[in-house]
Amino acid sequence: MAMWFCCFPLWPVADMFAISDKQIAVDELREQVMDPGSGGLCVFEGWVRNENEGRTVSRLEYEVYAPLAVIEGDAVIAEAKARFPFLAAICVHRSGLLAIGDCAVWVGVSAPHRDEAFKACRYIIDEIKVRLPIWKKEHYADGDSGWVNCERCANV
Amino acid sequence: MKTITIKYFAMFREQAGVGEETLELDVATAQDVYERTRDRHGSTEPTGHCKVAINDTMAEWTSSVKDGDVVLLFPPVAGG
Repeated sequence: MAMWFCCFPLWPVADMFAISDKQIAVDELREQVMDPGSGGLCVFEGWVRNENEGRTVSRLEYEVYAPLAVIEGDAVIAEAKARFPFLAAICVHRSGLLAIGDCAVWVGVSAPHRDEAFKACRYIIDEIKVRLPIWKKEHYADGDSGWVNCERCANV
Repeated sequence: MKTITIKYFAMFREQAGVGEETLELDVATAQDVYERTRDRHGSTEPTGHCKVAINDTMAEWTSSVKDGDVVLLFPPVAGG
């Protein structure tokens, strides 16, 4: 029994969405999404950048309503699989305080061929950005802060 | 009148000064709850830019609310 707990994966198994309040371990996720039937892996990493609309950003804060974010995130991945059949997909989104350069969101999709992997990866990140109950607060170098209104993201 | 618990998130929570509160409201739909609490969450956003959940299930603004429901008001989201 103890062994079973020891072997239980730290990160979600393939085809799962998760919220993490700790740094995203991208190497571990990459291994988990690998499948012997895969011909390739398409990964998107969203990073915290130091500028937004002309203002210098010092750090980011993500507020997440996890109970619904996980349900909606799982639904997005299932929709992607129905549209672009892939072998495995994982998406992890950060919560809490992040520094410049931190990975805010990681999406990995493995598939027999690249077309499904690219398309599913794009679908997942696009939907995650506009559907999940996640809010981004930017902290600026001048001490000010503000919530980012990302509705326009749906159109770009 | 119905007893409705409202949960505020992100800028709505900061504006309201509380994460949740229970109010007696004369409301029929989620849209009504949003409108009646406008002085608390302070939003000028049309509901089309926001989302709503009832009892931890995503809902429509036209969804009806009943006595005892928990209504979650989500300001415009910004993941990624």
